[in-house]
Order: sequence, then C-alpha cells, then structure tokens
Amino acid sequence: MLRLVAVRLSAMLLVMLGACTLVFLLIHLVPGDPVDAMLGETARAADRAALRAAMGLDAPLWQQYLDYLGGLTQLDLGDSLREQRPVASILAERLPPTLLLAAASLMLALTIAIPLGVLAARHQHRLLDRLAMGFSLLGVAVPNFWLGPLLILVFSLWLGWTPVSGMQQPTSLILPAITLGTSLAAVLARMVRNSVLEVLGDDYIRTARAKGLSEGAVVRRHALRNAWLPVLTLVGLQLGALLSGAVITETVFAWPGVGSLMVEAIQARDFPVVQGTVLLIAALYVLVNTATDLAYAAIDPRVSLR
Amino acid sequence: MRLILPIGILVVWAVAALLGPSLPLAPNQIDLPQILEGPTLLQPLGTDDLGRPVLDRLIVGSRTSFLVATGVVALSLVLGVAVGGIAGYAGGWLDMVTVRLIDVFLAFPGILLAIALAAVLGPGLGNLIIALSAVGWVGFARLTRAQILSLRGRDHVLAARALAVPPHRILIRHLLPLAAAPLVVEATFGIASVVVAEAGLSFLGLGIQPPAASWGSMIRDGVAYMLVSPHLVLAPGLALLLVVLAVNLAGDGLRDWLDVRASRS
Repeated sequence: MLRLVAVRLSAMLLVMLGACTLVFLLIHLVPGDPVDAMLGETARAADRAALRAAMGLDAPLWQQYLDYLGGLTQLDLGDSLREQRPVASILAERLPPTLLLAAASLMLALTIAIPLGVLAARHQHRLLDRLAMGFSLLGVAVPNFWLGPLLILVFSLWLGWTPVSGMQQPTSLILPAITLGTSLAAVLARMVRNSVLEVLGDDYIRTARAKGLSEGAVVRRHALRNAWLPVLTLVGLQLGALLSGAVITETVFAWPGVGSLMVEAIQARDFPVVQGTVLLIAALYVLVNTATDLAYAAIDPRVSLR
Repeated sequence: MRLILPIGILVVWAVAALLGPSLPLAPNQIDLPQILEGPTLLQPLGTDDLGRPVLDRLIVGSRTSFLVATGVVALSLVLGVAVGGIAGYAGGWLDMVTVRLIDVFLAFPGILLAIALAAVLGPGLGNLIIALSAVGWVGFARLTRAQILSLRGRDHVLAARALAVPPHRILIRHLLPLAAAPLVVEATFGIASVVVAEAGLSFLGLGIQPPAASWGSMIRDGVAYMLVSPHLVLAPGLALLLVVLAVNLAGDGLRDWLDVRASRS
C-alpha cells in the first residue's frame, strides 16, 4: 500500500509539472502577444515595453520559465493586472463557492442516480427501466448553458421560487446545483444500473437469495456494496466534467466561484488570473483522481499493487 | 428501425449546413420595427432583439456547428491516430514520452484547456477549430495506441515484418484497418461533444463573433430577453439537444452494429 501511495503521488507530481509547463507554453508560445492583447494594437511602443518589463516578458524564455516554476512552489501566481493584488488571494476567495457548488451537485447527482439506477436494474427492460434510461439519455445530451437559463425562466421568473442569480440566499444554490448535477446524475444512473445488473448475476447473490433474504436486503447489503466500486471510479473521473462544467454554470448564475472568475478574467484580458484559474482547476482534478485511485485500492483488496 | 429518427435529424442538420449559403436567407437583416416578434406565418420562429429572423439564424448556426464539428473531429482523428499509432508501434522511449504527454493533457478536465486556448488565440472560426482540436486529439491518440499495442503481436504483422515491409506501411495497411471500428465509434461520439463544446465556447463569447451565428451565441443573446421572448433561447437549445441526442443514438447503434466493446463507460 505504501509503495502504491508513493508511486501514485510521484506520478501526480510529474503530471502537475507537465500541466504547469503546458500552461506556460500556452501563454508564451502561442502566436499573439499577451501585451498586445492587453493593451490593444494602438498602444504606444513605450507602454508596451513598460508592461513587458513589468511582467518579466523581456527576460529570455528559460529565465521566465524558471521564475514561473519558482513562484509556483511558493504558491506565487503573480499579480492580477485588473485588481493589482496577488492572484493566489483572489483564488482563495473564489474557491469555497466552487467547492460548495461542486459538493452540492455531486450529492444531488448521487441521490438521484443511485435509486434510479437500482430501480432500473431491478426492472430491467420494463417501463421503469426505459423511463430511467430515457432520462439518462436526455440528461447527458442537454447542455448546461441551456438548462440553466430554462430553470431560471421556470423557477425564478415564472414561479418566483428561487433567486435568479448570485449567492445571497441559501436557496441560490438550488438551481446551479441542478444545472451542474443533471448530466452527472444521468451518467451515474446508467453506470449504477449496469454495475448492479452485473453483480446481480453473481453466485453469491444467488446464495443470498437462496437463504431466503428479501430482495431489498439482497440489493442493499450484498449487490450495492460491490456495485459501488466502478461507480466510485466514475465519480472521480466525472468530477473533472463537473469542474469544467462549473465554468459555464457559474457564469450563467453569476455564482462567485473560480469558473466565473476565469471567464471574467478572460474578458478583462487578465492573463495572470486566467493562468491561475486553469492551474487551480487542473490541480484539483489531478488531486481528486489520485485520491480516487488510492481510495479504490483501500476499499477493494483485489486491486493489485502494480 | 430505431435509428431512422436520429439519422433523419442528422441528415436535416447536414443538409441545412451545406445548403445554407445557397438558400435565400437573411440572417443579418436588421428589422427594428419587428423586434422580439413571436412565431408568425412569415417568420416561423419569430425574430430576435434586432428583428433578425430566428429561423434563418438557426440555419446559419447549423452551418457553424456542422463545420466546426466535422473539422475538429477530422483534424483530431488524423492527429490522434498519427501520434497514437506511431507511439504504439514504435514503443520504447517514444511511446513513454507520448504517454506522459497524453497524461499531461488529460490533467485538464473537459473543455477547460480549449477555453484557455481560445482565450489566448482570440475568437474566430479557425481559432475555435484549433482550440478544440488541440484538446480532441488526445482521446484518439490514447485509443489508437491501445489498439495498436494489442494488435502488433498478431501473426500477419510478424509476417509483414519478416518480409521487411517498411514500418509506416505496416501501420497503415496492416494495423490501422483493424483498429478502425472503435475509432469510428469514438469519432461519432466525438461529434456530439464538439457540437456542445463549440456552442459552449460561443456562449462564453470565445467562439463565433457577431454578426455570424452560432447556436451557443444565440442562446447567450437570447437570455437577456427570456421573459418576453423565450423562443430566442428555446429554438437554438432544442436544435442543439436534438443534434446531440441524434448523434449519441446513432453512435450507440453504430457501436452495436460494429460490435465494439464499450470503451466509454
């Protein structure tokens, strides 16, 4: 187990280093000068040179790269051009709302997906199964930047039940969480169904039934325990979709998280902040995936220590 | 039989996209006395906030989404197959470097990297295709590499090598045809995700620029007028939903037909 943890963590660090390098190259090598983009093409040459020097863009590329990596090790992501304060402190303010939204969406998705998937599996090929899988098909296909406005139209504008946007009231969380959680619920429901169906065919389930357990007890106590494992992996993988979906969902609902910060920063051409948000989201994603891998190994003794 | 409806939708999408320029459309015709009109006989889907006909813009938008989807999937497929195929067949350090590179790209969830790239490149159709392809090739590369690895030990490949057939020829003539089925299925599903990604980037203002139309930018522009004219948001959203559903259903059908084991669970 200890060896597995060490291997996974070092792989994670390597990937993070690569991700930081990729973002660095993205900003520095892609045609189009950030200074031009920030100041516009009509800026005076002196202003350009000043900004270039202020951002350290006049140093050779390798020097910039080393400075950048050095800064990262101390969580120094530079200063925001728009707000004149460290990117790291802006990110720290914006992170909690995003985590809250992600957690709420994940909870919502699980509370929908698990009962739905189990029901569908127990009524395989019957009406309930078809309905559940129809929902799943639809939930995967509906884009969140359309679902969000529709929910606002129905529940905020027509019915007046929830706030349109922002984060002032506790009820503000409901619509963004539904918007972000629906596609996850749809993917998970399908996975739970397939996973339960697979397990239900196993010998130990037949044994449990043969000894006279009720069908409910068989599913809850025996089938679900093993059906959990693939679902857990998928949750880890889908958390990435959740995080990138948050960029759009937060923008739709003016939710003050990392995602809407990224879009604001792009519109303001505040590249240090854009870079910070991209790195933060990628780091969260890699961290969660590594944690899922390790949790998987901890839960399931059959996972081999490669 | 079940596939008739999805294929029908896809045909309508493709025809609207390809014939759009030769139809008598006026997607950018501003008509201020007629703003935010609901559906009428003359304008079956009503008009938007500048009095432009929504149906015409929807058809022009279908061209945007079709061109981007086919362009990005084609580009990603070529790039991904080349990288994954060469890495998988060559093995050794080349393969190791490629795997690490793929891992790094996969550290960015979903369209995050495409959003960042589109932001750096600036908006526009070409940049949109570049940004989405830069993300899209990874999945094809990984799949191709896995396929090639499982196929390269086959007898006919060994025979070809014994006959001194050059590696590129083995790869193209003897390995890729066997790996084609899962790649075709993956490409089909890829179209659905690119359609959504294009609309998403345009929704964020990073894709197609006005006055050109994209379903995503139509939704964004319509949101401000949602209470008075919900059709501005409903029409492009429904079009998007139908196309994505149709592509997914067609992909499922294709997967069953080609008998590819579910690679995407």
